[in-house]
Amino acid sequence: MSYLRKVVAILWKDLVAELRTKEMFSAMFVFAVLVVVTFTFAFDLRVTGERVRQVAPGALWVAFAFAGVLGLNRAFILERDRGCLEGLLLAPVDHTAIFFGKMASTLVLMFVVEALVLPVFTAFLGIDLFNGWLLLVVALGTVGFAGVGTILSAMTAQTRAREVLLPILLLPVAAPVLIAAVKATAGILDGLAVAEIGRWLRLLIAYDLIFPVVAVMTFDYIVRE
Amino acid sequence: MRRDKNRWLIIWTGLSAAMMIVALYLALAGAPEANLQSQTGRYAQRIIYFHIPTAWVGFLAFLVTFVAGVAYLRNPRPEWDRIALSSAEIGTLFMLGVLVSGSIWARPAWGVWWVWDERLTISLIQFLVYAGYLMLRASVEDPARRARFAAVYGIVAFISVPINFVAIRLWRTQHPLMFGSSQGGLGPNMRFAFFFCLIAFTVWYATLMAHRLRLERLRDEVERLRQSILS
Repeated sequence: MSYLRKVVAILWKDLVAELRTKEMFSAMFVFAVLVVVTFTFAFDLRVTGERVRQVAPGALWVAFAFAGVLGLNRAFILERDRGCLEGLLLAPVDHTAIFFGKMASTLVLMFVVEALVLPVFTAFLGIDLFNGWLLLVVALGTVGFAGVGTILSAMTAQTRAREVLLPILLLPVAAPVLIAAVKATAGILDGLAVAEIGRWLRLLIAYDLIFPVVAVMTFDYIVRE
Repeated sequence: MRRDKNRWLIIWTGLSAAMMIVALYLALAGAPEANLQSQTGRYAQRIIYFHIPTAWVGFLAFLVTFVAGVAYLRNPRPEWDRIALSSAEIGTLFMLGVLVSGSIWARPAWGVWWVWDERLTISLIQFLVYAGYLMLRASVEDPARRARFAAVYGIVAFISVPINFVAIRLWRTQHPLMFGSSQGGLGPNMRFAFFFCLIAFTVWYATLMAHRLRLERLRDEVERLRQSILS
Protein backbone atom coordinates (compact mmCIF):
# COMPACT_ATOMS: atom_id res chain seq x y z
CA MET A 1 0.00 0.00 0.00
CA SER A 2 1.50 3.28 -1.01
CA TYR A 3 1.99 6.15 1.43
CA LEU A 4 -0.79 8.18 -0.16
CA ARG A 5 -3.22 5.26 0.08
CA LYS A 6 -2.51 5.00 3.81
CA VAL A 7 -3.20 8.70 4.30
CA VAL A 8 -6.42 8.39 2.32
CA ALA A 9 -7.41 5.33 4.37
CA ILE A 10 -7.15 7.33 7.60
CA LEU A 11 -8.98 10.25 6.02
CA TRP A 12 -11.70 7.88 4.82
CA LYS A 13 -12.08 6.28 8.25
CA ASP A 14 -12.57 9.71 9.84
CA LEU A 15 -15.04 10.84 7.19
CA VAL A 16 -17.13 7.68 7.48
CA ALA A 17 -17.23 8.06 11.27
CA GLU A 18 -18.26 11.68 10.81
CA LEU A 19 -20.91 10.90 8.17
CA ARG A 20 -22.50 8.40 10.54
CA THR A 21 -22.77 10.79 13.46
CA LYS A 22 -22.56 14.27 11.87
CA GLU A 23 -21.56 15.28 15.36
CA MET A 24 -18.59 17.48 14.56
CA PHE A 25 -19.95 19.00 11.44
CA SER A 26 -23.13 20.28 13.07
CA ALA A 27 -21.25 21.55 16.13
CA MET A 28 -18.67 23.40 14.04
CA PHE A 29 -21.21 24.88 11.66
CA VAL A 30 -23.60 26.09 14.34
CA PHE A 31 -20.71 27.44 16.36
CA ALA A 32 -19.25 29.34 13.39
CA VAL A 33 -22.66 30.88 12.63
CA LEU A 34 -23.00 31.80 16.29
CA VAL A 35 -19.63 33.54 16.25
CA VAL A 36 -20.76 35.60 13.25
CA VAL A 37 -24.08 36.41 14.93
CA THR A 38 -22.36 37.32 18.22
CA PHE A 39 -19.97 39.55 16.35
CA THR A 40 -22.81 41.31 14.61
CA PHE A 41 -24.62 41.83 17.91
CA ALA A 42 -21.46 43.07 19.62
CA PHE A 43 -20.59 45.51 16.86
CA ASP A 44 -24.06 46.51 15.80
CA LEU A 45 -24.10 49.06 18.58
CA ARG A 46 -21.34 51.05 16.89
CA VAL A 47 -20.68 49.78 13.40
CA THR A 48 -23.12 50.55 10.62
CA GLY A 49 -23.19 50.92 6.86
CA GLU A 50 -19.84 51.12 5.13
CA ARG A 51 -17.88 50.37 8.30
CA VAL A 52 -19.22 46.82 8.40
CA ARG A 53 -16.79 46.13 5.59
CA GLN A 54 -13.93 47.03 7.91
CA VAL A 55 -14.79 44.54 10.65
CA ALA A 56 -16.03 41.79 8.30
CA PRO A 57 -12.62 40.10 7.60
CA GLY A 58 -11.87 39.91 11.31
CA ALA A 59 -15.28 38.45 12.16
CA LEU A 60 -14.97 35.92 9.36
CA TRP A 61 -11.56 34.66 10.45
CA VAL A 62 -12.44 34.55 14.12
CA ALA A 63 -15.41 32.35 13.16
CA PHE A 64 -13.17 30.06 11.07
CA ALA A 65 -10.47 29.91 13.72
CA PHE A 66 -12.84 29.08 16.58
CA ALA A 67 -14.73 26.50 14.55
CA GLY A 68 -11.35 25.06 13.55
CA VAL A 69 -10.34 24.73 17.21
CA LEU A 70 -13.50 22.71 17.85
CA GLY A 71 -12.75 20.39 14.94
CA LEU A 72 -9.07 20.01 15.81
CA ASN A 73 -9.89 19.19 19.40
CA ARG A 74 -12.03 16.25 18.36
CA ALA A 75 -9.53 14.92 15.82
CA PHE A 76 -7.42 13.15 18.44
CA ILE A 77 -9.68 13.12 21.50
CA LEU A 78 -11.96 10.86 19.46
CA GLU A 79 -9.09 8.39 19.15
CA ARG A 80 -8.48 8.33 22.89
CA ASP A 81 -11.81 6.57 23.35
CA ARG A 82 -11.34 2.82 23.94
CA GLY A 83 -7.69 2.92 22.91
CA CYS A 84 -8.28 3.76 19.25
CA LEU A 85 -5.05 5.75 19.08
CA GLU A 86 -3.04 2.70 20.19
CA GLY A 87 -4.78 0.68 17.50
CA LEU A 88 -3.95 3.28 14.91
CA LEU A 89 -0.33 3.36 16.04
CA LEU A 90 -0.07 -0.43 15.82
CA ALA A 91 -1.16 -0.33 12.18
CA PRO A 92 1.81 -0.89 9.84
CA VAL A 93 1.98 2.72 8.68
CA ASP A 94 4.51 5.45 9.11
CA HIS A 95 3.36 7.72 11.94
CA THR A 96 3.54 10.76 9.68
CA ALA A 97 0.79 9.15 7.57
CA ILE A 98 -1.44 9.43 10.66
CA PHE A 99 -0.56 13.11 10.87
CA PHE A 100 -1.42 13.79 7.24
CA GLY A 101 -4.58 11.69 7.43
CA LYS A 102 -5.76 13.60 10.48
CA MET A 103 -4.80 16.93 8.93
CA ALA A 104 -6.72 15.99 5.77
CA SER A 105 -9.87 15.00 7.64
CA THR A 106 -9.75 18.24 9.68
CA LEU A 107 -9.29 20.17 6.44
CA VAL A 108 -12.25 18.52 4.73
CA LEU A 109 -14.43 19.26 7.74
CA MET A 110 -13.26 22.88 7.94
CA PHE A 111 -13.72 23.42 4.19
CA VAL A 112 -17.29 22.09 4.29
CA VAL A 113 -18.12 24.32 7.26
CA GLU A 114 -16.51 27.33 5.58
CA ALA A 115 -18.36 26.70 2.33
CA LEU A 116 -21.60 26.94 4.28
CA VAL A 117 -20.59 29.84 6.51
CA LEU A 118 -19.56 32.06 3.58
CA PRO A 119 -23.10 32.42 2.14
CA VAL A 120 -24.51 32.97 5.64
CA PHE A 121 -21.92 35.64 6.20
CA THR A 122 -22.66 37.21 2.82
CA ALA A 123 -26.36 37.34 3.68
CA PHE A 124 -25.93 38.70 7.21
CA LEU A 125 -23.38 41.38 6.46
CA GLY A 126 -24.36 42.21 2.90
CA ILE A 127 -20.86 41.73 1.55
CA ASP A 128 -20.19 39.53 -1.43
CA LEU A 129 -17.47 37.06 -0.50
CA PHE A 130 -17.58 34.83 -3.55
CA ASN A 131 -14.46 35.83 -5.34
CA GLY A 132 -11.78 33.47 -6.66
CA TRP A 133 -8.94 35.16 -4.83
CA LEU A 134 -10.85 35.23 -1.59
CA LEU A 135 -11.50 31.50 -1.82
CA LEU A 136 -7.75 31.02 -2.34
CA VAL A 137 -7.02 33.03 0.80
CA VAL A 138 -9.57 30.97 2.75
CA ALA A 139 -7.96 27.76 1.50
CA LEU A 140 -4.41 28.88 2.33
CA GLY A 141 -5.37 30.20 5.76
CA THR A 142 -7.24 27.01 6.62
CA VAL A 143 -4.34 24.79 5.57
CA GLY A 144 -1.96 26.80 7.76
CA PHE A 145 -4.30 26.60 10.70
CA ALA A 146 -4.96 22.87 10.31
CA GLY A 147 -1.26 22.04 9.86
CA VAL A 148 0.02 23.50 13.10
CA GLY A 149 -3.28 22.71 14.81
CA THR A 150 -2.97 18.98 14.09
CA ILE A 151 0.49 18.83 15.72
CA LEU A 152 -0.75 20.62 18.83
CA SER A 153 -4.03 18.71 18.97
CA ALA A 154 -2.16 15.39 18.99
CA MET A 155 -0.38 16.65 22.12
CA THR A 156 -3.24 18.30 23.97
CA ALA A 157 -5.49 15.24 23.50
CA GLN A 158 -3.02 13.35 25.70
CA THR A 159 -2.89 15.96 28.48
CA ARG A 160 -5.05 16.42 31.54
CA ALA A 161 -6.52 19.76 30.43
CA ARG A 162 -7.40 18.43 26.92
CA GLU A 163 -9.87 20.76 25.15
CA VAL A 164 -8.95 23.76 27.25
CA LEU A 165 -5.30 23.69 26.33
CA LEU A 166 -5.51 23.59 22.52
CA PRO A 167 -6.69 27.17 21.87
CA ILE A 168 -4.16 28.46 24.41
CA LEU A 169 -1.30 26.79 22.56
CA LEU A 170 -2.66 27.25 19.05
CA LEU A 171 -3.83 30.86 18.86
CA PRO A 172 -0.48 32.59 19.60
CA VAL A 173 1.45 30.20 17.35
CA ALA A 174 -1.12 30.66 14.57
CA ALA A 175 -1.10 34.46 14.94
CA PRO A 176 0.73 34.93 11.60
CA VAL A 177 -2.00 32.97 9.78
CA LEU A 178 -4.68 35.10 11.33
CA ILE A 179 -2.87 38.37 10.58
CA ALA A 180 -2.04 37.41 6.99
CA ALA A 181 -5.48 35.95 6.25
CA VAL A 182 -7.34 38.95 7.68
CA LYS A 183 -5.11 41.41 5.83
CA ALA A 184 -5.44 39.53 2.55
CA THR A 185 -9.22 39.22 2.94
CA ALA A 186 -9.49 42.92 3.74
CA GLY A 187 -7.32 43.77 0.73
CA ILE A 188 -9.57 41.75 -1.58
CA LEU A 189 -12.75 43.31 -0.12
CA ASP A 190 -11.24 46.75 -0.60
CA GLY A 191 -10.59 45.87 -4.24
CA LEU A 192 -6.79 46.08 -4.04
CA ALA A 193 -4.74 44.65 -6.88
CA VAL A 194 -3.46 41.11 -6.38
CA ALA A 195 0.12 42.42 -6.37
CA GLU A 196 -0.66 44.35 -3.20
CA ILE A 197 -1.84 41.34 -1.26
CA GLY A 198 0.92 39.18 -2.77
CA ARG A 199 3.13 39.42 0.32
CA TRP A 200 0.32 38.11 2.53
CA LEU A 201 -0.27 35.22 0.16
CA ARG A 202 3.45 34.41 0.19
CA LEU A 203 3.48 34.48 3.99
CA LEU A 204 0.51 32.10 4.09
CA ILE A 205 2.15 29.72 1.60
CA ALA A 206 5.40 29.74 3.62
CA TYR A 207 3.46 28.99 6.79
CA ASP A 208 1.51 26.21 5.07
CA LEU A 209 4.75 24.53 4.06
CA ILE A 210 6.84 25.02 7.23
CA PHE A 211 4.63 23.35 9.82
CA PRO A 212 3.88 20.10 7.98
CA VAL A 213 7.67 19.75 7.65
CA VAL A 214 8.06 20.34 11.39
CA ALA A 215 5.33 17.75 11.92
CA VAL A 216 7.14 15.17 9.81
CA MET A 217 10.23 15.64 11.97
CA THR A 218 8.52 15.67 15.38
CA PHE A 219 5.24 13.76 15.11
CA ASP A 220 6.83 10.46 16.06
CA TYR A 221 7.84 11.90 19.45
CA ILE A 222 4.27 13.00 20.18
CA VAL A 223 2.49 9.70 19.59
CA ARG A 224 5.25 7.38 20.83
CA GLU A 225 4.37 5.57 24.05
CA MET B 1 32.88 17.64 44.98
CA ARG B 2 29.39 18.91 45.72
CA ARG B 3 30.80 21.49 48.13
CA ASP B 4 33.17 22.68 45.43
CA LYS B 5 30.26 23.13 43.01
CA ASN B 6 28.35 25.17 45.56
CA ARG B 7 31.33 27.43 46.12
CA TRP B 8 31.38 28.28 42.41
CA LEU B 9 27.68 28.95 42.52
CA ILE B 10 28.19 31.37 45.43
CA ILE B 11 31.05 33.17 43.68
CA TRP B 12 29.02 33.43 40.46
CA THR B 13 25.98 34.73 42.36
CA GLY B 14 28.12 37.35 44.14
CA LEU B 15 29.62 38.46 40.84
CA SER B 16 26.23 38.82 39.23
CA ALA B 17 24.87 40.75 42.24
CA ALA B 18 27.82 43.15 42.09
CA MET B 19 27.36 43.63 38.35
CA MET B 20 23.65 44.32 38.78
CA ILE B 21 24.38 46.97 41.43
CA VAL B 22 26.84 48.68 39.06
CA ALA B 23 24.28 48.36 36.26
CA LEU B 24 21.65 49.98 38.45
CA TYR B 25 24.02 52.84 39.25
CA LEU B 26 24.94 53.32 35.59
CA ALA B 27 21.32 53.26 34.49
CA LEU B 28 20.08 55.71 37.12
CA ALA B 29 23.02 58.07 37.55
CA GLY B 30 26.15 57.02 35.67
CA ALA B 31 24.88 57.34 32.12
CA PRO B 32 24.65 60.89 30.74
CA GLU B 33 21.32 62.65 30.34
CA ALA B 34 19.59 61.99 27.04
CA ASN B 35 19.17 64.89 24.66
CA LEU B 36 15.44 65.21 25.22
CA GLN B 37 13.16 68.17 25.83
CA SER B 38 11.22 67.28 28.95
CA GLN B 39 12.59 66.29 32.34
CA THR B 40 10.18 63.34 32.45
CA GLY B 41 11.40 62.22 29.04
CA ARG B 42 15.01 62.28 30.22
CA TYR B 43 14.14 60.18 33.27
CA ALA B 44 12.00 57.79 31.25
CA GLN B 45 14.75 57.30 28.69
CA ARG B 46 16.92 55.65 31.35
CA ILE B 47 14.65 52.63 31.29
CA ILE B 48 16.33 51.42 28.08
CA TYR B 49 19.33 50.28 30.14
CA PHE B 50 17.06 47.72 31.76
CA HIS B 51 14.32 47.31 29.19
CA ILE B 52 16.40 46.19 26.22
CA PRO B 53 18.65 43.81 28.23
CA THR B 54 15.48 42.28 29.69
CA ALA B 55 14.12 41.68 26.18
CA TRP B 56 17.50 40.26 25.11
CA VAL B 57 17.50 37.79 28.01
CA GLY B 58 13.90 36.85 27.17
CA PHE B 59 14.76 35.91 23.61
CA LEU B 60 18.05 34.28 24.63
CA ALA B 61 16.17 32.14 27.15
CA PHE B 62 13.74 30.97 24.47
CA LEU B 63 16.63 30.14 22.15
CA VAL B 64 18.11 28.00 24.95
CA THR B 65 14.74 26.26 25.44
CA PHE B 66 14.59 25.52 21.71
CA VAL B 67 18.16 24.15 21.56
CA ALA B 68 17.63 22.06 24.71
CA GLY B 69 14.38 20.72 23.22
CA VAL B 70 16.11 19.64 20.00
CA ALA B 71 18.92 18.09 22.07
CA TYR B 72 16.39 16.20 24.20
CA LEU B 73 14.66 14.69 21.18
CA ARG B 74 18.00 13.54 19.80
CA ASN B 75 19.24 12.20 23.11
CA PRO B 76 16.58 11.97 25.84
CA ARG B 77 18.60 12.82 28.94
CA PRO B 78 16.62 14.45 31.79
CA GLU B 79 19.23 17.20 32.04
CA TRP B 80 18.19 18.64 28.67
CA ASP B 81 14.61 18.81 29.83
CA ARG B 82 15.65 20.54 33.05
CA ILE B 83 17.54 23.14 31.01
CA ALA B 84 14.55 23.68 28.71
CA LEU B 85 12.16 24.09 31.63
CA SER B 86 14.43 26.41 33.63
CA SER B 87 15.10 28.61 30.65
CA ALA B 88 11.44 28.80 29.64
CA GLU B 89 10.43 29.84 33.15
CA ILE B 90 13.07 32.55 33.32
CA GLY B 91 12.28 33.68 29.77
CA THR B 92 8.55 34.01 30.50
CA LEU B 93 9.30 36.07 33.61
CA PHE B 94 11.67 38.36 31.70
CA MET B 95 9.15 38.74 28.86
CA LEU B 96 6.62 39.89 31.45
CA GLY B 97 9.28 42.34 32.66
CA VAL B 98 9.67 43.63 29.09
CA LEU B 99 5.93 44.24 28.78
CA VAL B 100 5.71 46.00 32.15
CA SER B 101 8.82 48.15 31.73
CA GLY B 102 7.80 48.96 28.15
CA SER B 103 4.41 50.15 29.35
CA ILE B 104 6.00 52.27 32.07
CA TRP B 105 8.17 53.93 29.44
CA ALA B 106 5.40 54.28 26.85
CA ARG B 107 3.22 56.29 29.20
CA PRO B 108 5.50 59.37 29.46
CA ALA B 109 7.06 58.93 26.00
CA TRP B 110 3.96 58.23 23.92
CA GLY B 111 1.20 59.29 26.30
CA VAL B 112 -0.40 55.83 26.31
CA TRP B 113 0.32 52.58 28.14
CA TRP B 114 0.18 50.45 25.06
CA VAL B 115 0.29 50.73 21.28
CA TRP B 116 0.12 47.88 18.80
CA ASP B 117 3.63 48.60 17.72
CA GLU B 118 5.57 45.79 16.09
CA ARG B 119 8.00 45.22 18.95
CA LEU B 120 5.32 45.39 21.61
CA THR B 121 3.10 42.99 19.72
CA ILE B 122 5.85 40.44 19.15
CA SER B 123 6.84 40.58 22.84
CA LEU B 124 3.25 40.04 23.90
CA ILE B 125 2.81 37.07 21.57
CA GLN B 126 6.08 35.54 22.75
CA PHE B 127 4.93 35.91 26.34
CA LEU B 128 1.64 34.17 25.54
CA VAL B 129 3.38 31.40 23.59
CA TYR B 130 5.65 30.57 26.52
CA ALA B 131 2.91 30.92 29.10
CA GLY B 132 1.32 28.16 26.99
CA TYR B 133 4.56 26.16 27.23
CA LEU B 134 4.40 26.23 31.04
CA MET B 135 0.69 25.33 31.01
CA LEU B 136 1.36 22.38 28.70
CA ARG B 137 4.02 21.08 31.08
CA ALA B 138 1.70 21.47 34.06
CA SER B 139 -0.92 19.37 32.28
CA VAL B 140 1.18 16.24 31.60
CA GLU B 141 2.08 13.93 34.47
CA ASP B 142 4.39 11.32 32.98
CA PRO B 143 7.90 12.92 33.06
CA ALA B 144 9.15 11.37 29.81
CA ARG B 145 6.03 12.35 27.89
CA ARG B 146 6.08 15.81 29.45
CA ALA B 147 9.66 16.30 28.31
CA ARG B 148 8.87 15.14 24.75
CA PHE B 149 5.76 17.31 24.43
CA ALA B 150 7.56 20.31 25.86
CA ALA B 151 10.45 19.79 23.44
CA VAL B 152 8.13 19.58 20.41
CA TYR B 153 6.12 22.60 21.52
CA GLY B 154 9.36 24.50 22.25
CA ILE B 155 10.42 23.84 18.64
CA VAL B 156 7.03 24.81 17.14
CA ALA B 157 6.96 27.94 19.31
CA PHE B 158 10.47 29.01 18.41
CA ILE B 159 9.87 28.53 14.69
CA SER B 160 6.79 30.72 15.02
CA VAL B 161 8.96 33.60 16.33
CA PRO B 162 10.48 34.70 12.99
CA ILE B 163 7.20 34.09 11.11
CA ASN B 164 5.36 36.19 13.66
CA PHE B 165 8.03 38.82 13.32
CA VAL B 166 7.62 38.97 9.53
CA ALA B 167 3.82 39.05 9.79
CA ILE B 168 3.78 41.82 12.37
CA ARG B 169 6.42 43.83 10.54
CA LEU B 170 4.44 43.65 7.26
CA TRP B 171 1.29 44.47 9.15
CA ARG B 172 2.58 47.53 10.96
CA THR B 173 4.56 49.02 8.08
CA GLN B 174 1.36 49.27 6.08
CA HIS B 175 0.55 52.26 8.23
CA PRO B 176 2.74 55.31 8.58
CA LEU B 177 4.77 55.19 11.78
CA MET B 178 2.72 56.71 14.54
CA PHE B 179 5.75 57.60 16.57
CA GLY B 180 9.28 58.29 15.50
CA SER B 181 11.99 55.79 16.31
CA SER B 182 12.46 55.86 20.06
CA GLN B 183 16.09 54.87 20.28
CA GLY B 184 17.86 57.59 18.38
CA GLY B 185 21.64 57.43 18.65
CA LEU B 186 23.39 56.49 21.86
CA GLY B 187 26.37 58.65 22.83
CA PRO B 188 29.69 56.93 23.70
CA ASN B 189 29.11 57.09 27.47
CA MET B 190 25.57 55.88 27.06
CA ARG B 191 26.81 53.06 24.90
CA PHE B 192 29.18 51.90 27.64
CA ALA B 193 26.38 51.91 30.23
CA PHE B 194 24.10 50.10 27.78
CA PHE B 195 26.53 47.31 26.95
CA PHE B 196 27.52 46.93 30.58
CA CYS B 197 23.84 46.43 31.45
CA LEU B 198 23.50 43.94 28.61
CA ILE B 199 26.40 41.86 29.97
CA ALA B 200 25.19 42.21 33.57
CA PHE B 201 21.76 40.91 32.59
CA THR B 202 23.26 38.01 30.67
CA VAL B 203 25.37 37.04 33.69
CA TRP B 204 22.27 37.36 35.83
CA TYR B 205 20.44 35.01 33.49
CA ALA B 206 23.25 32.47 33.81
CA THR B 207 23.06 32.76 37.61
CA LEU B 208 19.31 32.24 37.64
CA MET B 209 19.74 29.25 35.34
CA ALA B 210 22.35 27.71 37.63
CA HIS B 211 20.11 28.11 40.67
CA ARG B 212 17.01 26.89 38.89
CA LEU B 213 18.83 23.87 37.48
CA ARG B 214 20.25 23.00 40.88
CA LEU B 215 16.74 23.16 42.35
CA GLU B 216 15.36 20.89 39.62
CA ARG B 217 18.23 18.40 40.06
CA LEU B 218 17.65 18.30 43.81
CA ARG B 219 13.95 17.77 43.25
CA ASP B 220 14.63 14.84 40.93
CA GLU B 221 17.07 13.40 43.44
CA VAL B 222 14.54 13.65 46.26
CA GLU B 223 12.03 11.88 44.04
CA ARG B 224 14.55 9.15 43.24
CA LEU B 225 15.41 8.66 46.93
CA ARG B 226 11.75 8.53 47.86
CA GLN B 227 11.15 5.86 45.22
CA SER B 228 14.11 3.80 46.42
CA ILE B 229 12.87 3.91 50.02
CA LEU B 230 9.31 3.02 49.07
CA SER B 231 10.29 0.11 46.84
